[in-house]
Amino acid sequence: MRSAVLVFPGINRERDMARALRLVSGREPAMVWHAETVLPTGTDLVVIPGGFSYGDYLRCGAIAARAPIMDAVRGFAQKGGLVLAICNGFQIACEAGLLPGVLMRNAQLRFICRDVYLRVERSDTAFTRGYNAGQVIRVPVAHGEGNYIADGETIARLEGEGRVVFRYSAPDGMIDPYWNHNGAINAIAGIVNERGNVLGMMPHPENHVEASMGRTDGRGLFAGLVDHFKEAA
Amino acid sequence: MKARVFVTLKSGILDPQGKAIEGALRSLGVSGVASVRQGKVFDIEIEGADRAGAEAALKNAAEKLLANTVIENFRVEVTG
Repeated sequence: MRSAVLVFPGINRERDMARALRLVSGREPAMVWHAETVLPTGTDLVVIPGGFSYGDYLRCGAIAARAPIMDAVRGFAQKGGLVLAICNGFQIACEAGLLPGVLMRNAQLRFICRDVYLRVERSDTAFTRGYNAGQVIRVPVAHGEGNYIADGETIARLEGEGRVVFRYSAPDGMIDPYWNHNGAINAIAGIVNERGNVLGMMPHPENHVEASMGRTDGRGLFAGLVDHFKEAA
Repeated sequence: MKARVFVTLKSGILDPQGKAIEGALRSLGVSGVASVRQGKVFDIEIEGADRAGAEAALKNAAEKLLANTVIENFRVEVTG
């Protein structure tokens, strides 16, 4: 699996992501600077990592979404290429029109830095085939603007088409406001686009992939992607 | 030409920052404030003297970048 990790000024999670990709795929990802206009040849997976691109100036991810490399990413996604957008990456993907909706300020106005429980809503995507539907995983979040908002029509479509892939849940999988720390509509933590090739999620699975990190719940996402590409080859 | 672009949240979009500011005003003893919603102002100097052209360019700028039209409205005021 050949991965390309995008790097914008202010991104700070690209090395964690590269480490996770290296550990699980066995292959060093390409680090792609935002000013490039093409992706490396043979890229299988584009990853938009977390951080504070452009200092969150104007709106989170707004300026990064308009960087030169994003035209190439849009073209790649249009042809069916897989895009994994994490945290600031999710914000960038929404601003770039790769995913609907917007991530707004956490409802209780505090930056949240903690482990959360996510219910995996479906296991039939390239991103979640490493899990079982209904499985609950524990992964870290670190964000001030993770409150997923979209208009009623968009939410209805997302839900109706089964495009909500991860939800904030209790440890036993129950959806309850208590466990929805940022107030996101319907406790939405991660979604896919219509085609299912672009995933955006606020939590950081890349930070739970090896034993020394405390937990390995996030490994399944990357392992599933590696399997997906093994099968496709 | 000088212009101002105002970017505000669409009605119906929750504004917890506005609410926090409301509460702070109340604590400071500023009475009678029924509601607060926070927006943005961009002061822009644009080349040329064509008013209509300036408005069109700024409308384009607002749609493309300054406002996220999923959740925000904008208004362009060319002041000269």
